Amino acid sequence: MSAAEVTTTERTYDISSILEKHPKEETALIEILHDIQIKFRHLPKTVLQQVADHVAVPLSRVAGVGTFYKAFSFTPKGETTLRVCMGTACHVRGARLILDETERALGIHPGDTTADGRFTLEEVNCVGACAMAPVLIENDAYHGFFKAVEVRKLLQKGMRK
Amino acid sequence: MRLTVETFKQFAATARERQASAHSINVCCGTGCTARGGRKVADALRKAMTDAGLDADAHVRLTTTGCHGWCEQGPIVTIEPEGTFYVKAAPDDAAKIVAAFKEGTAVASLLYKDPATRKGIATYKEVPFYAGQTRWAMRNVGRISPTDIGQYAARDGYAALHKVLSGMNPDQVIAEISEAKLRGRGGAGFDAGRKWRSARNAKGERKSFICNGDEGDPGAFMDRSIMEADPHGVIEGMVIGAYAVGAHEGYIYVRQEYPLAVEHLGRAIAAAREYGLLGPDILGSGFGFDIKIARGGGAFVCGESSALMRSIEGKPGEPRAKYVHATDKGLFDCPTVLNNVETLILVPLIINKGAASFTALGTAGSKGTKAFSVVGKVNHSGLIEVPMGTTLRHLIFDIAGGIPKGRTFKAVQTGGPSGGALPESMLDLPVDFDSLSEAGSMMGSGGMIVMDDRNCLVDVARYFVKFLVDESCGKCVPCREGLRQLLEILTRVTQGKGVKEDLDRIDSLCFVLKEASLCALGTSAPNPVVSTLRYFREEYIEHIEGHFCRAGVCRDLCTYEIINTCTGCTLCAKVCPVSCIAGERKNIHVIDQQACIRCGSCFDACKFDAITIGRAA
Repeated sequence: MSAAEVTTTERTYDISSILEKHPKEETALIEILHDIQIKFRHLPKTVLQQVADHVAVPLSRVAGVGTFYKAFSFTPKGETTLRVCMGTACHVRGARLILDETERALGIHPGDTTADGRFTLEEVNCVGACAMAPVLIENDAYHGFFKAVEVRKLLQKGMRK
Repeated sequence: MRLTVETFKQFAATARERQASAHSINVCCGTGCTARGGRKVADALRKAMTDAGLDADAHVRLTTTGCHGWCEQGPIVTIEPEGTFYVKAAPDDAAKIVAAFKEGTAVASLLYKDPATRKGIATYKEVPFYAGQTRWAMRNVGRISPTDIGQYAARDGYAALHKVLSGMNPDQVIAEISEAKLRGRGGAGFDAGRKWRSARNAKGERKSFICNGDEGDPGAFMDRSIMEADPHGVIEGMVIGAYAVGAHEGYIYVRQEYPLAVEHLGRAIAAAREYGLLGPDILGSGFGFDIKIARGGGAFVCGESSALMRSIEGKPGEPRAKYVHATDKGLFDCPTVLNNVETLILVPLIINKGAASFTALGTAGSKGTKAFSVVGKVNHSGLIEVPMGTTLRHLIFDIAGGIPKGRTFKAVQTGGPSGGALPESMLDLPVDFDSLSEAGSMMGSGGMIVMDDRNCLVDVARYFVKFLVDESCGKCVPCREGLRQLLEILTRVTQGKGVKEDLDRIDSLCFVLKEASLCALGTSAPNPVVSTLRYFREEYIEHIEGHFCRAGVCRDLCTYEIINTCTGCTLCAKVCPVSCIAGERKNIHVIDQQACIRCGSCFDACKFDAITIGRAA
């Protein structure tokens, strides 16, 4: 186990403020996980039992829901998430080229995070911005009519931040 | 301020007066326009209005609206009631816009220009993209502030709910919807009145009413636009539906990929509660209903009704067999109605105007209008709402402006991953639920992906199967394993490793998928493959026997070469992502075939038709 992983497991995550907002019902499970994912950019394994207790389901159910939905991840996502839209409108306008170029530029595959924790690359199935396809989303900023040649420019700007 | 049946009329009248008394400068701040700087334009306009002394003027106001559905022209600015329509506005244009408004003129440089005559068009009513539309579901889209309940009320908002609660019994409401022959806009086209009737008749105290805003069909975004731009319309449709079936619990299930829709719906729900339009005693009528928002988790299968309900319950979204209808046992095993966003927003319109005016448009089996998301290789991609029965040709060529860059139309995919691709010969098909199914496609939620000769239909079929492999929940074998095998075969074909027998294997796999899958994701999964095989079989054969992809998409089956019409403009070298094009300025360039990744960027960039697609060596 590398040093980085040890610190990850040792870090404590406080989710009490998130739990307070949600009723102690099974129906709240997905909303709670959304809030945790947004706050910590992943679902820390150490808090899952607490979530399970709050909504009164077995831990296995929390894990089941956490793995079923793509919105959740058990490993931390990077500071910047780049999502390349692979919806049909984007596909027919060459989204594949953008994804390939981003993979080459970052040296990672979709779903992975760069070793320095700066970038996560994801594919997304349509964000409903089809009229400006192809689209690349940098955290919450939408870049429409995006071109593969613009990927490196965007990354350099991101690095400077 | 809690409204009652008695005080509502005064509230609506005041809202209408307020709306009519002032000019409104509207800036689109939907997802598309925001991406292109819409909010900055709104800020600049606010400042320009202050500078021009208009901030204290009660006769003009600035409104940020939701999505107009024509994002490629964004940021869009409109001025009401004049109807002035500005496209691609920038913050620097704000002062000009305000000055022209004060003079009663328009900024010529910002008007949309007719592509043929290059002349500016003054109002959106005259712009061909809008002039050809009949916007019923999108009646308020881009025209009001989505978070201002007063602006919604000024355009007959909540009038239908008032009408229902002040004098219609649930049976009368259902009768009106049945008479309008309203069919579900989410894809299946199920009779909404019949669904409501079954839920009303179902036994049980606890009933739920759900709005399906899990617009998973890639390429369709009318529901996003409606939820962002007119959230009160969705809420009003739900309350009326809930009253009709006797439901007291409501949910709107929205994709988490639509954050702005979640925000606007949340604010609209809060406002509706404050005004007594949601809650335990709506308009003082004694009827109680409230709505919660449930965010999806990024799973396409959750658009399927039983999976969606499991997801609201906090479980993984796996579908179940449908021998029991949701109207009997749905959410929490209680009677449940699930309607799509576009279906629900038509409900207030039908109640207000009457079923007869709704059935005045449309075809024998499909009444009213339908919003389509016409995207891909068209000049004007965006949301187009037209009467049912409009032909594909009219939609694609007249309203959406045809195919860009002088290329030729090849196919249009309707219905997303559950639909099919239709060729040129089907363009005169009047579009409705039944005609599309007969042609081997389906209406789906109204996505229309237009493709030109640079799109490979085998690749598109493979794309949809890959999409569905990723999105299959894995519960039933035909879908989980069948799709995987199908993907393997199609991948082989796109790599030039296909054999003739593969086409028969595809046929039999598709048959099993269709007959034996548990939910509609699996049973409709073969459609893109079957339809492309039916209409574009020669492309499959060309891939298998000729090892050639004429569209230049399948990388193992094509090469790109520069021919002597090259002017040496260097554009291709600039766009090449792997820098494999060499050549001096004004001299013919050369592609290094060893390094070339066959992405086609150079082909699309070349303005001199100097790059050709050839067979792979």
